[in-house]
Amino acid sequence: MEPLDEELEESALELPSEPMQLNMGPSHPAMHGTVRIVLELSGETITKADVQIGYLHRGFEKMCERGTWTQCFPYVDRLNYVSPMLNNVGFALAVEKMLGVTVPERCQYYRVILGELARICDHLVCNGAMSMELGAFTPFLYCARAREVIWDIFEEETGARVTHSFGRVGGMAQPPTAAFKDMIRSGLPRVLGLVTECEKLLLKNRIFLDRVEGVGVISKADALALGWTGPTLRSTGAAYDIRRAHPYLVYDRFDFDVPVGTTGDNWDRFMCRQEEIRQSARIIEQALDQMPDSGPINIDDPRIVLPPKQDVYTTIEGTIQHFKIVMEGIKVPAGECYSYTEAGNGELGFYLVSDGSGTPYRVRIRPPCFAAVSGLKQLIEGAMIPDVVPTFGSMNMIGGECDH
Amino acid sequence: MSKKVLELLKAQFGDKILETSSQFGDDTAVVEPSIWRDVALFLRDDPRCQMNMFTDITAVDYPDREPRFEVVCHLRSLEKNHRIRLKARIGDAEAEGLEIPSLVPVYKGANWFERECHDMFGVAFQGHPDMRRILLYEEFKGHPLRKDYPAQQTQPLVEYREGATDKLAPFGADEGAPFGRQTHDFWSETN
Repeated sequence: MEPLDEELEESALELPSEPMQLNMGPSHPAMHGTVRIVLELSGETITKADVQIGYLHRGFEKMCERGTWTQCFPYVDRLNYVSPMLNNVGFALAVEKMLGVTVPERCQYYRVILGELARICDHLVCNGAMSMELGAFTPFLYCARAREVIWDIFEEETGARVTHSFGRVGGMAQPPTAAFKDMIRSGLPRVLGLVTECEKLLLKNRIFLDRVEGVGVISKADALALGWTGPTLRSTGAAYDIRRAHPYLVYDRFDFDVPVGTTGDNWDRFMCRQEEIRQSARIIEQALDQMPDSGPINIDDPRIVLPPKQDVYTTIEGTIQHFKIVMEGIKVPAGECYSYTEAGNGELGFYLVSDGSGTPYRVRIRPPCFAAVSGLKQLIEGAMIPDVVPTFGSMNMIGGECDH
Repeated sequence: MSKKVLELLKAQFGDKILETSSQFGDDTAVVEPSIWRDVALFLRDDPRCQMNMFTDITAVDYPDREPRFEVVCHLRSLEKNHRIRLKARIGDAEAEGLEIPSLVPVYKGANWFERECHDMFGVAFQGHPDMRRILLYEEFKGHPLRKDYPAQQTQPLVEYREGATDKLAPFGADEGAPFGRQTHDFWSETN
């Protein structure tokens, strides 16, 4: 064999290669949730990507058309099973918007506090799982510990740790327990302490920084056109938070900041979530101070709210009310409405159509992470395989929500 | 605020805006399917509307009505902080003629939402770049969110997919090699 000629062209020296197809998922150890990403690789660079979802499709919208409005709550819980309380509140608000009722002030504060606790949970899981997928296992344990503190509060309040089914149209299933405020006042500093400790492990870690900084960059215009909302949109610099833009419940009474990023990369998405945990804690502290200690939780309307059990067993009116609501369902006026709340991942919308009966005609959920994951293809094309993991992690895809 | 948008739409498109309404604080415009994309373009680019946030596309099935399906789209403006709901009525009782222009050229985010709508209702979005099913599998029979699809319906078993590993949508073996396919006979070529 003759020796290599120095005048040989550069391209001829390259090793021959052909594109390789790589199947990531549906069940991949570095991905939370079941999603399949078909990649076409040139070397380690991704030339084409196809994100395929639907592995957790359970027909949520069809199931909702078969029960009463109240019976939707357990299904709604299982959409975003990381922060079910926010879904509960979102759906309850949507139906209440159609009914034209407003829950008592005490209940509004109660919903805000429980919802913000759920949001902290959501962000903890997202950031913890994201760092775990990048090899940092300890921060995940710190986040899981912090989540445990919140879950204990939820267990005490609702009786369930994960899927509470605690929301009701026109109120909540139970009033706050006597120890409600004390539990949160003692639990919240522990959560924030763990969040700080978790940050100490990550924010100056060169391995972590190299994998998130400047990776998965998206522009503000693209994020808007893709329908992104929540932390993923705010990381690009658009300060859109529904709690601020269209205040619902009592969010207009609190002093809180909307953290925004600058570049829209994984780092910004991570930091937006971290900061939102602190802002949620601020909201909770203010809400605890403002929340009245006594007063009704449910609205006073026997057509919407179940009567007390005592009345059901002792009075004929109570029995009839109970029977009507359980057997026929709450009669929601005919029409349609789109109600939106700020869930953990962004704008959780419910587009409800009612024909005036006790059963929803159509329940459409607009899941925030469905839009986020649809933009994943754009972010990872041209990137490397290791970039897929943090980029996907920072989207915070929740299978139940994304796949309906 | 968005009442004004409805006025603007009526001024711009005239009779093609079939009806407008406001219920529960949501402003709705029913438009002719033929101008579906033009309306979205107008709402996005007109400085008085600036509907630059894509929110949602879905459909609702009304078997008793003619046209039977309603395609529903929600848009929002980041700067102006207003929202609008657009609707277009398509399809007859047998669900024929379920066609509407795709909004993907206007909003990138419409891609998956339209695929889902296609999956669940069988609406064909004209001009959509990648009209596959998204939540269900290719062999699924019917469109489950239509009212005439029984909730208890069972689906036939899917045959083993021959060659499913080498031909994965949307790119098959014959496309997607940007630098051309090279042979492994490297030495024989250069020597």
